[in-house]
Amino acid sequence: MREAQADSARVVLDAPGIERAATRIAHEIVERNGGTEDLVLVAIVAGGRDVAELIRDRLRQIAGKDVPLGALDVTLYRDDVVGQGRRPVPNPTRMPVSVAGKRVVLVDDVVFTGRTVRAAMDAIIDFGRPDAIQVATLVDRGHRELPIRVDFVGKNIPTARSDEVLLHRNSRGELEVVV
Amino acid sequence: MRTRIRGARILDPSSGRDEIGELDIDDGQIAELDSGATPDQVIEAEGLWLAPGFVDLHTHLREPGQEYKEDIATGTRAAAAGGYTAVCTMANTDPVNDSPAVTEYIRRRAHESAAVRVHVIAAATQQLRGEIMSEMASLASAGAVAFSDDGAVIRNASVMRRVLEYARGVGRPVIAHCEDLDLRGSGVVHEGASATCCGLPGSPAEAETVMVARDVELARLTGAHLHIAHVSAGRSVDIIREAKESGVRVTAEVTPHHLCLTDEAILNYDTNAKMAPPLRTARDQEALRQGLADGTIDCVATDHAPHAAYEKDLEFTAAAFGVVGLETALPCVMELVIEGRLSALDAMARLSTRPARVLGLRGGTLETGAPADLVLIDPEQVWKLEAVDLHSRSRNSPFLGRELRGRAMLTWVGGHVVHALDGDGA
Amino acid sequence: MRGLLGIQDLPRTEIERILDTAEAMVEISQREIKRVPTLRGRTVINLFLEPSTRTRVSFEIAAKRLSADAINVSSSGSSLSKAETLADMGQNLAAMNADVLVVRDRTAGVPKMLADRLPMPVINAGDGCHEHPTQALLDVFTVRQSLGTLDSRVVAIVGDISHSRVARSDIHAFTKMGAEVRVAGPPTMLPAGIDVLGVKACFSMEEALDGADVIIMLRIQRERLEQALFPSVREYSLTFGLNLRTLALAKPDAIVLHPGPINRGVEISGEVADAEPSRILDQVTNGVAVRMAVLYLVTGEQA
Repeated sequence: MREAQADSARVVLDAPGIERAATRIAHEIVERNGGTEDLVLVAIVAGGRDVAELIRDRLRQIAGKDVPLGALDVTLYRDDVVGQGRRPVPNPTRMPVSVAGKRVVLVDDVVFTGRTVRAAMDAIIDFGRPDAIQVATLVDRGHRELPIRVDFVGKNIPTARSDEVLLHRNSRGELEVVV
Repeated sequence: MRTRIRGARILDPSSGRDEIGELDIDDGQIAELDSGATPDQVIEAEGLWLAPGFVDLHTHLREPGQEYKEDIATGTRAAAAGGYTAVCTMANTDPVNDSPAVTEYIRRRAHESAAVRVHVIAAATQQLRGEIMSEMASLASAGAVAFSDDGAVIRNASVMRRVLEYARGVGRPVIAHCEDLDLRGSGVVHEGASATCCGLPGSPAEAETVMVARDVELARLTGAHLHIAHVSAGRSVDIIREAKESGVRVTAEVTPHHLCLTDEAILNYDTNAKMAPPLRTARDQEALRQGLADGTIDCVATDHAPHAAYEKDLEFTAAAFGVVGLETALPCVMELVIEGRLSALDAMARLSTRPARVLGLRGGTLETGAPADLVLIDPEQVWKLEAVDLHSRSRNSPFLGRELRGRAMLTWVGGHVVHALDGDGA
Repeated sequence: MRGLLGIQDLPRTEIERILDTAEAMVEISQREIKRVPTLRGRTVINLFLEPSTRTRVSFEIAAKRLSADAINVSSSGSSLSKAETLADMGQNLAAMNADVLVVRDRTAGVPKMLADRLPMPVINAGDGCHEHPTQALLDVFTVRQSLGTLDSRVVAIVGDISHSRVARSDIHAFTKMGAEVRVAGPPTMLPAGIDVLGVKACFSMEEALDGADVIIMLRIQRERLEQALFPSVREYSLTFGLNLRTLALAKPDAIVLHPGPINRGVEISGEVADAEPSRILDQVTNGVAVRMAVLYLVTGEQA
């Protein structure tokens, strides 16, 4: 969880907004996949963890059973960290079930250039051959550098390339997205 | 031709003279001051020191046999640049200097190519094997001033006893590199905290002290003059002090690097800090400084040991032992002057008068009529030692890149200038 | 991180960073496809100028699991000796455009001397009696895995401390992580000035193991017999061997480590090596993860 930004940060999605977005994404996932059978949620950590947990909770309410939730750190798959100074410490990756033959929904907080999603897809394929990979995100801020399409979007937010968009918990402990 | 040096602080340890004054050189000698005589040349030397040229009792000139490291010409030029007017070259040449033929060869080569006076130390035993003594009488006749196997070390106490006895009869001292090679084992650095941190094999100070004790006792037994080379351990100083007090004919030298460095210099695996005996602890260093100041250690000797770069640029254990020292001895001793441990006069004594006396050599004096072997020193000059500045053929100095204080500006041997520092010198 | 030459100069925060990274690496070795593309196209040279199968293989596996090309140069094919200076060796290695150099040598200081002369990061895989930093990191990692925090834990290292690079690196690493370190062995095997490293020297197992949480046994080299450092294997085993009797001197839940290869019946009895407190095989597994972490971290920062 990243630190709250300075006062200049503008809230673009508040806690109720995030709840509603997660609910809608969960419904769309069920609709697209005809239920939750063979579904695996994979959070791209650390940013996607909270969103993925929200979506899992909604899926449980809708379908009445748990969807497996994995955690994937794509640091070791990134093509843009080599030679960029101090290396980030990767978080452990956890896959609760085999992804082979499953429909994998990657969950992140913000999709931007598409490089993280690309890295995550490579990583998932290393774990096995899923039937499909779909992408869910709370915020799509544009500026794609790769042909990556998002399947489930909470909110499209136009940004400047230099903006910083992040999901964090405010002083009341509520999730919010700020620019 | 008469040269007058004016305005210098004249330091003559042989007479105790320490005053601002002038000195004339004429006909290769130190001349009577004659205000009526008109000098052909006047050197204004305000702020500088004028002292007898330094005498080094422990130099490896490497000729014959290892001219790729050094030869008589390059080694003596380094000596002149360091303020030395005489050096004593060690016997571990190739062939070993254990015969009058080699001694005469070295003296002839010195006559042809040396910048300063070269005295010859011959081997104490044949081939430095520590078994059969060399022909000391013949070697002395050929000009050898002392006998030493140096680092080869005479392990057998009985052989050492006979060498000392025989040398006494020949009237020459024996110079001993005191190191018990069994106790040293594979040690390449002082056994202590630095060696432990670096994981390098150590040699304890006792590898030296047990041999100092042995040789001092053998000198007592034989009545011979024993000169102990490059004392490195504090306890050795105590043994020598006690021996001198009890009348043993023992003298001793210390190197500039043992005075100025400790075993911490090895922490970055600088092979230019590898020598035998090794650099020891700060306590040992303090005892050496004390010993030099109180006269227990008679003089400073460089153990100038040039090695080619490829012999040093190796794993620490494989690199050659030894460092060059002729060009940095003065600033090392100046450190003790700056710290108030030695007076200027005492410092000059330990570099010139006393070493000359240890081996009974001429020099070390500014008396009228003595050969004009002189050095003019800038005691204040701060300079940084760069490899290219060295006149030695080798560059293995532990002081490379260091700021040094005190420098020889002009050196004369027999009235001839053999070194003149370029730039803002005299 | 610009290479890894030893633990001595590594701050605690850097040690923790390596261990945290290694946590993420552990999982990769548990996958069916044990490979991530992180170092794709990078070349790691394993320069082993002293024979070592375990460490070399561990580094090789680590490099390959990160998709690097690992080239092994071993002592039979090459030697750093009077025949070739460090500068020459360095230039040759630099000319091969390797991205990382892993060095094992008989002589202390060689990795540092090569690092001073080469543009790429150098990892010390053990140099003489100096350091073996990745071994210490995997030891700390293994202990952390079993005991959680290392703060105020008592670690006893038993064996030939004088000639052990593992001991030196372990002393630095465990001390920095807040543990109390004791070393034990015959006095002939305890180096001069060991106290400057901040450890307590013990001459008996009773003294060393009393209240110990971790026991690290070092391999005893039979060639030390020739150097008259101990009288016989039998006596060594009786006085400093770890068996069920001496193990009982430590805390009941103490764990046992050994850098391997073990001499069964000499410094460690078979029943202890195979017993529940033994973490010897975990160390091997963790060694790969720790070395992956180090390779990953040193390749991040360019000169």
